[in-house]
Amino acid sequence: METVSFDLATTPVRALNAELHDPAVKSYEVLHPDGAHAVAAGIDTGIAVEIRGHVGYYCAGMNDGGSVTVHGNAATGLAENMMSGTVRITGDASQSAGATAHGGLLVIEGSASMRCGISMKGVDIVVGGSVGPMSAFMAQAGRMVVCGDAGDGLGDSIYEARLYVRGRVGELGADCVEKELRDEHRAELAELLAAAGLDHDPAEFRRYGSARRLYHFQSEQAEAY
Amino acid sequence: MCGIVGLHLRDPELHPQLGRLLESMLCGVVERGPDSAGVAVYGDRRRVPEGHAAVSVLLPPGADTNGLDAEVSVAGDTTIVAAPVVPEDLVARVKGLFPTARVVGSGHDLTVYKGVGHPRELATTYGLADAVGWQGLAHTRMATESAVTPEGCHPFSVGPDQCLVHNGSFSNHASIRRELVRQGVEFDSENDSEVGARFVASRLAQGEDLEKALLALRETFDGFYTLLVTSADGFAVVRDPIACKPAVIAETDAWVAMASEFRALAALPDIDHARLYEPEPGRVYAWRR
Repeated sequence: METVSFDLATTPVRALNAELHDPAVKSYEVLHPDGAHAVAAGIDTGIAVEIRGHVGYYCAGMNDGGSVTVHGNAATGLAENMMSGTVRITGDASQSAGATAHGGLLVIEGSASMRCGISMKGVDIVVGGSVGPMSAFMAQAGRMVVCGDAGDGLGDSIYEARLYVRGRVGELGADCVEKELRDEHRAELAELLAAAGLDHDPAEFRRYGSARRLYHFQSEQAEAY
Repeated sequence: MCGIVGLHLRDPELHPQLGRLLESMLCGVVERGPDSAGVAVYGDRRRVPEGHAAVSVLLPPGADTNGLDAEVSVAGDTTIVAAPVVPEDLVARVKGLFPTARVVGSGHDLTVYKGVGHPRELATTYGLADAVGWQGLAHTRMATESAVTPEGCHPFSVGPDQCLVHNGSFSNHASIRRELVRQGVEFDSENDSEVGARFVASRLAQGEDLEKALLALRETFDGFYTLLVTSADGFAVVRDPIACKPAVIAETDAWVAMASEFRALAALPDIDHARLYEPEPGRVYAWRR
């Protein structure tokens, strides 16, 4: 398969993204990203993009069907608002990775900083390391798997996303509770770990989700309003 | 939004390259603050000869510096004055001759440059690429709270060989300012970041080190901040407890660097082998020379 290479040391990001939005081939390689913003944002076909180096804000944002791999770290907003496809990063991701993403799979082999999966709406996020505080804040749908630890405020104001954490969890966020890990959860966890290329035993994880106390109006509290 | 960069060199062999490296870092955060830029350099013997004190000052237009009896170099809006005396005496001499001038830095090692315009052009105006030294920092400003003037540029340097650069805004600075004023601290401006710098300076003057001073700042100040604070022998970073403003740190055996974004670090020597991490919310990171 032919691979077209873009060197961002000599080519602007706009030229790269214009090509990725109207691709001539199926496979691309990006060299010297050096922290540039919006690298490979807005892909809407099933192309593969290998990015060799650290990227800046909003890498692979809005991805819809592409398969993007970052061989390095990413700044704020990795794969934000992804619709479908796969984004994989070999290093660490900064804040708000996978924010508002509707679908697809985001694999962070290292750790993610604060607010990972904030307002996630259906994406699957698998983190090999740990996630920072306030992760899965207002998470509406999708699954998040954390093989390390989760910081304080996990799942604050969560709706129907399912969270799995293997390590320690700080103070849980408002309306987030630990839930029973049943067979169907172990099965979906095994699938997600396999998709990410990880081989942890699903039984080592604990499940967290919504207590559903916040988003139903309690009639007995009507007088408070 | 503002941009911060800082570089603390552990390897003396890199000292001649400080300015060139700092310029590349500054250019990496231009888009975060294209209004104005300030720079601080520690140990630039081109402008502060050994055994001299230096005062960095924004002089009124047409000021005649002949009466200063000192070595004078001009870099855009900033004038650097150096003389073989203690910093306090040189500050008094400058203020005596130019009562309305704004002193923006003083010390045995520190030179501070401030100006309005595109940061890349300002770097040329400051002669930054040729600067030498052991530590430096820079700030690009997108002003939100006060006018775009050289006086409003960071760094805020209010104690000998001290600097503070700030990305964010403090929300309780007015009450902290009142308390500091009660203690006898004088202010140059209404700027919230100056309150942070005065607070740190008052703590250092009481004998605390940078780490202790920033722990106290974290307990006292409310708001959004990533701060880089430097002193005669230190380099320290702290972010607010919910980490609203970005920061990344890189370390090798030869240097420690911090920046708002990785792209400002991308050109540093051996960056591919640096330990890269984001400073955790509310934690103080400090290094000593």
